[in-house]
This record gives sequence, C-alpha cells and structure tokens, in this order.
Amino acid sequence: MNWEGMYTLFYKELKRFGKVALQTVMAPVVTALLYLLVFSHVMEEHVKVYENVSYTAFLIPGLMMMSIIQNAFANSSSSLIQSKVTGNIIFVLLAPLSYLEFYLAFLFASVVRGLVVGTGIFIVAMLFVSLPLHSALWLIMFALVSSAVLGTLGIIAGIWAEKFDHMAGFQNFIIMPLSFLSGVFYSIYSLPDFWQSVSRFNPFFYMIDGFRYGFFGVSDVAPLFSLLVVLSFWLLLAVFTLIILKKGYKLRD
Amino acid sequence: MQAAIHIDSVHKHFGTVHALKGMSLTVEKGEFFGLLGPNGAGKSTLINIIAGLTRMDSGSVSVMGHDVVSHYRQSRQHLGVVPQELVYDPFFSVREILQIQAGYYGKGKNASAWIDALLEGLKLTDKADANMRALSGGMKRRVLIAQALVHKPDVVILDEPTAGVDVELRDSLWEFVKELHRDGHTIVLTTHYLEEAESLCQRIAIINHGRLIALDTKDALLARGVGKTSTVSVTLAEALLKIPEELASRIKCVDGERIEFILNRDTDTIISLIDGLRAVGAEILDLRTEDADLEDVFKEITGQ
Repeated sequence: MNWEGMYTLFYKELKRFGKVALQTVMAPVVTALLYLLVFSHVMEEHVKVYENVSYTAFLIPGLMMMSIIQNAFANSSSSLIQSKVTGNIIFVLLAPLSYLEFYLAFLFASVVRGLVVGTGIFIVAMLFVSLPLHSALWLIMFALVSSAVLGTLGIIAGIWAEKFDHMAGFQNFIIMPLSFLSGVFYSIYSLPDFWQSVSRFNPFFYMIDGFRYGFFGVSDVAPLFSLLVVLSFWLLLAVFTLIILKKGYKLRD
Repeated sequence: MQAAIHIDSVHKHFGTVHALKGMSLTVEKGEFFGLLGPNGAGKSTLINIIAGLTRMDSGSVSVMGHDVVSHYRQSRQHLGVVPQELVYDPFFSVREILQIQAGYYGKGKNASAWIDALLEGLKLTDKADANMRALSGGMKRRVLIAQALVHKPDVVILDEPTAGVDVELRDSLWEFVKELHRDGHTIVLTTHYLEEAESLCQRIAIINHGRLIALDTKDALLARGVGKTSTVSVTLAEALLKIPEELASRIKCVDGERIEFILNRDTDTIISLIDGLRAVGAEILDLRTEDADLEDVFKEITGQ
C-alpha cells in the first residue's frame, strides 16, 4: 500500500472542501435550519409521529441525515467532475496509487464532510430543541455507513459524468428524490400501504430510520435490519466502484 | 544496458481507429530523445500509455525496466510527465500543489528543500504562495514542469512544453531542461517546433498514422534530407510578371522579388535555375542555398 500517497489524496480532498467551507459546510447547515424552522412552525401542532417526541425533534435527525448523505455525495462527485473537466485529474492518475487507494481516499474525505455538516446541524439545532440520545453507537454507525454509501455513489457519478449537466441530472433525479422520499419529514406508517411498500425499496429510508433510532430508541424498522440493508448496499456499490476503477472506466481510456 | 523506456509491439484502438499499429522503440538511459509526428500521428497516445493514462490493447511498455501495467508503482516513480495542456487545481497555491504531488509519490515528508530548489530553478520562488489561478500561462507551464520533477524521476517526458510560450520563457525552459539532461535525466520531447528538436535531441523518432516511420540520430536524419533536395532563395531586381513554366513546379514560395525554389539534387542544377530566370529577363541580385533541415526531412518522410 502507498499509505502516504493515499493519505495525501485524502488530505487534499479535505483541504479542497475546507477552502470553500462557506459553500460546503455553512450553506448546508443554514439550508437544514431553514427547513427546520419552516416545517416545525407549520407542522408542530398538527403532526405527532412518535409518543413523547415533538415533530421538531423528530425532524432534526432526518434533516441531519439528509444533509450528511447529500454532502458526502457532493464531496466526491464534485471533486471528480471538476478534476475531469479541468483536466487536473491527470496528476492523481499519474501517481503510483492503486484503484483501492484512490477509492478509499475519496471515500474517507466524503465521510468526513458528511459528518462535519451533520455535526454542524446538530450543534445549531440543539439551540432550538433538546434531543434525547438513546444510543450514540447506533448514531455513529448509521452516520458512517450512510455517508460511505453516498460517498461511493458520488465516486460512481463523478467517474460516469462527462459534464456538469450529467452530474446535475444524477443529483436531481436520483439523489434528491431518494433522500426527500425516505422519511425525513414523516414516518412511512403515515403513508398509504402501496407507498409504504415502495419506501422499503429505498435504501435511504433505512439510513434515516436507523439514525433516528439512535436518538429516540424507536424506529419504523428494527435498526439491526436497517444497518444490514445499508451495509449490503454499500458493499454492492463498493465492489462495483472498485471494478470500474480497476478497469479504468472513463478515467484511463 | 537497461533502457529508460522500452516499447514493444504496442497496439491501441479507439473504437474503429487504430491509433497505434505495433509501435516498438527504445529510449536509452541518459538520452535526449525527440518524438515527432503530425497531429493525430499517435504521439500523445503513446505518451499516455507510457504514463499509464491509457491502456494499450496489446504489447508491452517498461520504464527503467519496470512494466507500466504489472509494476506500475515502480514505473511511475521513475517517470515525470509534463502534460501538453495547462491543467491545474484551482484550489491550491503553487507550493501546496507541489507538496501534494510529492505526497502522492510517498515523498512529501522531506520534499520542502527540493521544492524550494525547483521553485528557485524555475524562477517561481516569489509565486510560491500564489494561487494557480493568479499565474500567467508561462508560469503555469513552469509549475507543470516542477510537478513532473517533484518526485525526482529518472525519465522526464515533455509533451509540447513550449506550445504557446513566448521566446524568452522558451529559452529559459530549454536551459532548465538541458541542465536536467546534464544531470543524467533521460528526456523525451515531443514538439511541433522542429528547430527545437533539431537543436536539442540526440535521436529522433518520427511517427505517422500510428507507425514508427523513422528512428535515427539527428545527423543521420538530416543527411537523408540533404541527399534529395535543397532550397534555393533568389532575390530579383524586379518581381516577375510571369514565372517560367519549367520552374513553376519547383517554387516553394514567392514574396515580391524574393522567390524560394526546392531543387531535386538528382535532376536539377542551380545553373539551370539561373538560366531559366535569365531567359525571361530576370536580373538576379542575390542567390542563397540552404541545407535541408529537420522540417524538410519531416515533410519528406511524413509526406506532409
């Protein structure tokens, strides 16, 4: 393993988003808080999802997880598409880095960005409402695995996309709908049977449901089952990503 | 002796285009080697295969004895590539970029002194902390050279390094590259400026349509051209109203009173040229002959 090479690529990716923290960290935190203010103001008195849990409290883990996964995706995907379009991806491809090192460096950077944004939302949200903490372990596990899934999806999208338009399509037609329709704003039990069944095919639902369990100790699905679903999804995506990286798909023509 | 670069029967297709058709050549250690060819000849594809940026369909390539596919880590450690395009990461300063690049090769911890030396050598010291976006094109080109050298490779490939660079910078770049060569680096140069290849390279390969069509020392290649044609430049007292028919096919260019002719040494003589001009009443003020240069050889071999 080229440990220093991999660490350098990881560190470069961290610095990249750190240099534009206003856009990569502050903006998603503010967006999540706006969602929180608007939805809690409108829905607080009308919706009760779990016993003894206010709607505002219910909403915060969902918003945190939505931001974690969207930012994990944005980190790897935007870095790769920018590097490809500007051509500076060549400096990584010329280096003695294996496809595994390439994958892990981008993955870890995505996970860190997801966690930084999620933590930021948590800290600011705590100013508005106090949240219970049922299990930090479940919280951390779901945050890590979920951001790993989206970081990997971001790598796939970044490799596949040839222009920013492709990336916008991937983000707006796949990532956004899957994250908005995953139970961020509601419990799937409030949906008609058909849509409940459809939701169970959305892996993002398990990420949010399991993450919420870490706070409240209640969830729509058993957290272990959710974790297994998310882990399996990650494994599948990771294998696919490593295969295309090894083949050099759209990187080493 | 181990070759710096060894290329053996390399084929590469892009869809239906057969970009490299069994390319084989060897660059010896310590050579200043020129790789010439018209646009689309396959030069960049070949360089990309050596650098691991493009996968070959068949054949083998090694850098300092290390196969670029099976032992890519070692081969890439020995290779520095200066890309043709002015590419850079807009997020970082010059020093950060060099530090990062050294880190990719596992040499980031002790790179500071060497980075300072590179910045000094390439006259970039005062721009070390400037963002890449703030640099001129020439400075960006120098950063690309520093990036290619930051891991101290034995073999350096420069893909058209002076394209779009002003004369002053071009001269200083060549001085730097010559110094690298004197220090024992193997240099592979592709360029459209044939006079550069002529003045710098010891051996030159000419490729066209994915095939190696000439590989020889510079002197041997030039001798090929001298044997067949020569250029004769004639200055007349007045511009000719009509070019004599027997000379028209030999004309290379006409600029008022000055006419350049290309003569075939086997069939044409300067005397017959002078006689032909005098026959139409031309008064010759000056006449110069030029030996073939690499451009003539290149045109002759590639049929351009």
